[in-house]
Amino acid sequence: MSLNSRRALLRALPLALVSSLALSAPLAAQDETVTIGYAVSKSGPNATGAGITTIPNYELWVGEVNAAGGLEMPDGSRRMIEVIEYDDRSSAEDLVRAIERLATQDEVDLILPPWGTGGNLAIAPLMDRFGYPQLAVTAVTDKAPDFAARWERSFWMLGGGHDYATALVETLSAAKEAGTINDKVAMISVADGFGIDLVKAARPAFEEAGFELVYDESYPLGTSDFATILNEVQGSGADSFVAFSYPPGSFGVTKQAITAGVNPKVFYIGVGGAFPVYQKISGGAQEGVMSIGGVDAANPAIQDYFARHTETIGAPPDSWASAVTYASLEMLEEAVKRVGLDHAALAEELSTGSFETVLGEVKLEDNQLRQLWWVGQWQGDSFVAVSPADREGAAAPVIPKPEW
Amino acid sequence: MILSTLFLGLVLGGTYALLALGLSLQYGIARIMNLAYGEFMLLACFAVFMMFTSWGIGPLWGLLVVVPLGYALGWGIHALMMRPLLKRSGGGGRLEVDTILATFGLLFVVQGLMLVSFGSDFTSYSYLDRGIALLGTTVAANRLIAFVLSLVIGFGLYAVLVRSRWGRALRAVALAPDSAYLVGIDVNRLGRQGFALGGALAAAGGALVSMFQTFSATDGVVFTMKALIVVIMGGVGNILGALIAGLLLGLAETFVAAFIDPGLTLAATYTLFLAVLLWRPTGLFGRAGG
Repeated sequence: MSLNSRRALLRALPLALVSSLALSAPLAAQDETVTIGYAVSKSGPNATGAGITTIPNYELWVGEVNAAGGLEMPDGSRRMIEVIEYDDRSSAEDLVRAIERLATQDEVDLILPPWGTGGNLAIAPLMDRFGYPQLAVTAVTDKAPDFAARWERSFWMLGGGHDYATALVETLSAAKEAGTINDKVAMISVADGFGIDLVKAARPAFEEAGFELVYDESYPLGTSDFATILNEVQGSGADSFVAFSYPPGSFGVTKQAITAGVNPKVFYIGVGGAFPVYQKISGGAQEGVMSIGGVDAANPAIQDYFARHTETIGAPPDSWASAVTYASLEMLEEAVKRVGLDHAALAEELSTGSFETVLGEVKLEDNQLRQLWWVGQWQGDSFVAVSPADREGAAAPVIPKPEW
Repeated sequence: MILSTLFLGLVLGGTYALLALGLSLQYGIARIMNLAYGEFMLLACFAVFMMFTSWGIGPLWGLLVVVPLGYALGWGIHALMMRPLLKRSGGGGRLEVDTILATFGLLFVVQGLMLVSFGSDFTSYSYLDRGIALLGTTVAANRLIAFVLSLVIGFGLYAVLVRSRWGRALRAVALAPDSAYLVGIDVNRLGRQGFALGGALAAAGGALVSMFQTFSATDGVVFTMKALIVVIMGGVGNILGALIAGLLLGLAETFVAAFIDPGLTLAATYTLFLAVLLWRPTGLFGRAGG
C-alpha cells in the first residue's frame, strides 16, 4: 500500500510555498482542499480492468476539475481536489483495509469506488457503516435492487447479467423475425460469476423466443485455446454464435475464429468486445462484432468525452463502462455543487436529483442507473449501441455481419 | 474428428511444453524454483511486441535478440541475487525456501516495472495469423510454428543433455550436486549456466506465445502456474518429461473438450496431474536428468 506520489507532491507543494514565503498558517491551505480517496487495483489480475475503465476516468476528471479551479461548493467557492490513492493489489482484504484507512485515518471527504463487482460488494457494508455514498459503477449484479435497499447510500450503475442477456435475445429475435438468421444458436460461457449470470438468464430467454440452442457449453476461466469449441460451433449449423466471455477469452475466441474462418452471421462476445484494443486484436476485422455495452457515437457529448479522454490519457475509453464511470463523477461533482460535502445530503441528492452528463440527462431509479446500453456492435471505428432499439441514439444492428 | 482433435491437442500441448522447458531446467539444474518465471516470459512478450510494432521486426527474428537477452538476464540474476543465497545455504532444503521467497519478491518487482513501462492494458499483435488447413482442421500458422519449435527445442536440448560432455556435467549437477565436485565439475558455474539457459528458454517461450495469445503485464502468474504443473508432472529437471507432460495435458484438454464437455478441461488437467503423481510421485520421468 504505497501512498501516491501525487499526494506527496500536493502535500509538499503547500509546505514548500509556506516555507519559502514564510507564511504561518500551513493548515489553512489544507482546509481548502477536498480530499478524495480511492483504492483500486494497480497490480494483480484486476489491474487490467481497473486500468482500462476506472483509473483513467478518475485521473481525467480530477485533472479537469482542478484545472477549472477546483470542486465547486454550494456557496460558489472552489476547492482543489487532493487525491489519496491506494493499490489494493487485487485483493479484497487489502481493499477493505484501504477503505477503512481512508475513512478513519485519512478522513477523506469522499471515497470513489474500486473496479469490479466483487470489490464493490466487499466494501459496501463498510461504506455504509462510515456513511459514505458509494457510486458502484463497475458492479454488474442482478441483485442491485436488494443491495440498494440494504445499503441506502449505495448506487448501482451498470445493470445486471439478466439485462444484458435478455436484450441480446431481443436483438436476435428481431433478426430472426426478419428472416436474416435461422433459429439455431451456439452458445459458450465462461464458468465464472458474470458468465454464469448471463448464461442463466439467456438460456430460458432464448428458448422462450423460439431459438434452439444447438451448442451450449461452458469452459473454465483461463481457457486460452478455443480451436476445438469453434470446430463444433462450425459444424452446428447455427447462424448465431454467442460467447459470454471475459477479456482474454473474448480475444482468444476472436483470433481463432478469424484464423479458422468461422463466419457466423452473428458473432457476439462478452467483456472485452467494447475495449478499444479489440480493433487491434481483430486485426481491423471488428466490423459487425457484437458485445456488451455501446455508446451513442453520434452524440456530441460522447464525441467530446472520447476526444478529451484520448488527449489526456493517451488512449480512447472503452465503450461500455468508461462513459458511465465518467458520468458518475459528473453526477458527484454536480451534487457537491448543489448540497456540499455532507454525506447524507449528497446521497439524497444523488438518489433524487437529475444530472446533465456525457450520457445525457441522468436520473437514478431506486438508486440504480437504468438508462444503459445493453448490446453494442462495431460499426466502422466505433462500438455503437444497438439495444434498447427504441431508445434515442440507438443504431440499427448490421446482421448478417460481414465475413472476417 | 479424432484425427483433427488429436492434432489440435498436440499443438496446444506443444505450447504447454514450451512454457515449461525453461522452468524445468532452472529448478532441475540450478535448484531454484523461480516463481518469477512467468514474468520473464512476459518481458520477452513485450520485447518482441515492441520490436514488431516499432521496427517491424517479426517475432521469429526477435527470437535472435530475446533469447540471448534472456540468457544474460538469467545469468545476471543468478550472479547477483541467487549466489548469496547459494553460499549461505550450503546445500539442502534451505536453498529452496530462500529462492522461492526471493523469486516471489522478484515477481512483484518485475510486474511493477512492466506495469509502469507498458501499462496494464491487454497487448496483442497479428503475425502469421492465417489459418493452415491440416488433417481436417484449421490451425493458425503461428501456433503451428510454436508447436514445431517446441519440439525442436525440446528434442535439441535433450540431445545436448544426453550426448554432450557439457550436458552430462549439467545432469551430474542436477542429480548429485554434492558429489559433482568430486569429479571436477564447477557446480556453481554450471548451476548458473543452467539457470541462464532456463532464462533463454523462458524468453523463447514468451516470444512464441505472444504471437497468438493476448497478454498483459499481470499475466505472469498464469504462465508460471501452467508451467509448474507440466514441470512437476514431467519430473523436475527432465526435459523429455516436460515435453511429454505438456503434450499429454494438451491432448487431455482437447479430447475432453471435444468428446465430453469443455467445462471439464480444467478438471481433466488436474485429474491427470493427480493420477500421474499418485502413480509416480517424482513425475513421469523421475528425478534423473536427461
